[in-house]
Amino acid sequence: MSRIQNAFKQGKAFISFVTGGDPDLETTEKLIVAMEEAGADLIEIGIPFSDPIAEGAVIQEANERALSAGCTTDKLFDMVKGVREKVSVPLVYLTYINPIYTYGKDKFFKRCVECGIDGVIVPDLPFEEKEELEVDCLKYGVDLISLIAPTSNDRVRMIAEQATGFIYCVSSMGVTGVRSEIKTDINAMISMVREVTKAPCAVGFGISTPEQAREFASVSDGAIVGSAIVKIISQYGKDSIKPVADYVREMKKAVMEA
Amino acid sequence: MKKGRFGEYGGQYVPETLMNAVAEVEKAYEYYKNDPDYVSELETLYREYAGRPSRLYYADKMTKDLGGAKIYLKREDLNHTGSHKINNVLGQVLLAKKMGKTRVIAETGAGQHGVATATAAALMGLECDIFMGKEDTDRQVLNVYRMELLGARVHPVTSGTQTLKDAVNETMREWTRRVEDTLYVLGSVMGPHPFPTIVRDFQKIIGREIKSQLKEKEGRLPDAVIACVGGGSNAMGAFYEFIEDTGVQLIGCEAAGLGVDNPKNAATIANGTEGIFHGMKSIFCQDEDGQIAPVYSISAGLDYPGIGPEHAMLYKTGRASYVPITDEEAVKAFEYLSRTEGIIPAIESAHAVAYARKLAPEMGKDKIIVINISGRGDKDVAAIARYRGVNIHE
Repeated sequence: MSRIQNAFKQGKAFISFVTGGDPDLETTEKLIVAMEEAGADLIEIGIPFSDPIAEGAVIQEANERALSAGCTTDKLFDMVKGVREKVSVPLVYLTYINPIYTYGKDKFFKRCVECGIDGVIVPDLPFEEKEELEVDCLKYGVDLISLIAPTSNDRVRMIAEQATGFIYCVSSMGVTGVRSEIKTDINAMISMVREVTKAPCAVGFGISTPEQAREFASVSDGAIVGSAIVKIISQYGKDSIKPVADYVREMKKAVMEA
Repeated sequence: MKKGRFGEYGGQYVPETLMNAVAEVEKAYEYYKNDPDYVSELETLYREYAGRPSRLYYADKMTKDLGGAKIYLKREDLNHTGSHKINNVLGQVLLAKKMGKTRVIAETGAGQHGVATATAAALMGLECDIFMGKEDTDRQVLNVYRMELLGARVHPVTSGTQTLKDAVNETMREWTRRVEDTLYVLGSVMGPHPFPTIVRDFQKIIGREIKSQLKEKEGRLPDAVIACVGGGSNAMGAFYEFIEDTGVQLIGCEAAGLGVDNPKNAATIANGTEGIFHGMKSIFCQDEDGQIAPVYSISAGLDYPGIGPEHAMLYKTGRASYVPITDEEAVKAFEYLSRTEGIIPAIESAHAVAYARKLAPEMGKDKIIVINISGRGDKDVAAIARYRGVNIHE
């Protein structure tokens, strides 16, 4: 069983996100270790990109901080290789298609395997274009995580049928970022997915409070939190390890109660 | 060939949230482009509102001064709103209306596409939000006010380099926020399928008119068609009708800013590499990690780090060639056309004029060059004065 499948076996999963290299790679490494200890079941690591069109202001700024601090794809791979020896949690990259394409697709996925990356989430690679990466993902056994959105409707079945790893259910319209209220009928989305696949579904976009995490984990297989964590990192910088760990612990507890 | 591809370029690399929206645009466009009512409404708007056909003007003084090929100017600057952008915008905003959308959003660089979109939205009674890099709202204050005058809301974009690419990012983000009642009126032959095709179809009237007007005046095809290229909509519009006529040289002029060897340039073909960004596989100015480069040009309309996918294909197949023109060359051409023909071109279009000044003397007097004057230069006068060290108080 893959590390990703395993992450969903012990009940509802809590998935946390961190932008690689924000504020620096050393801190990212410590954050990954601390988040695993605090109970994160899967960790997404953002490869910083100059133009992250699916991100709200909080993660955009994290991307800018990481890039100006000198984070590159190679340096991030090196850090991940190191941290992989310390953690067993599944690690998934979140990035845009251009950094992967420009790095060289074959080389990129080869390094994913070497460094212990289990999957990739690419927000600007929809179902119709997934063959761009599918061959290399299959070749190297890295899961290409599919996203479904509130507007997917008749597309859900098609996407879910071919999903690998887990399915990322986008809770809301728009970009990433903390939201006080999420109106989408997540239940309906999840039941459509359930009709065609057993792949686990985790809900993300806009979740920041334990109540929201509990609510969405109760109707799915897990909750994904990004901007709320990145916000803590932007506030505390290198000293964010403890506050982030405390936050993850609280969120994980909420998810387990779901 | 896969849907929406130009050779290997193009495609539909957008977030899942937008996939049904782009599919809806494609379906509507495929239907309405053959709908007699839609076609006749658009033709009427082109003729009665935009002032088409635009003139093909023989630049006698310029021709004599350069002493080589005969030079014709395609006067897109005479269109309503002052540029070729109106051709695309009338088509797309009319499409939005037919689709039952009540709001349009658009990015803009120099402000020409924003002004054109705001104009069409006012005409057709749609809500309009324009996203414009903060640096560009500062460079083009007059156009910001013009858009507001037309009833649009202008949102200065403060992320990234605060120019055209960031305006595109923000307009895409806004479309994912509110897609139900909104159409993204993309301004160039770029972005995800179907936009490169739709925009080219609405702009190809430029080349079609050039062909028939020149046939009337000279009884033949031109030897070269020259146009400036940012995303590439006026060039694609001017080129498209001539792609099969392989005797016609197609030349796109890119913004080289301070020079192709200086980091401050926006010459995508000269300096770019293949990548996937803003919904399309094409050629982009970027570093080895795929980070999009902070490009620069004196012309806000050409200050874009990519090029439309159909241009990338024309370059790759060798059908069109692309040449870099510096700020200095463009400013000189801006002044030259003003003094020689009494026509103040947009600083974007001045890039095409600059290359014609190099090419014409090398060609025989029996040859014909058509330069697409994609827009008028009133909006640039203050910036050119600044460039020349003249302080203008408006």
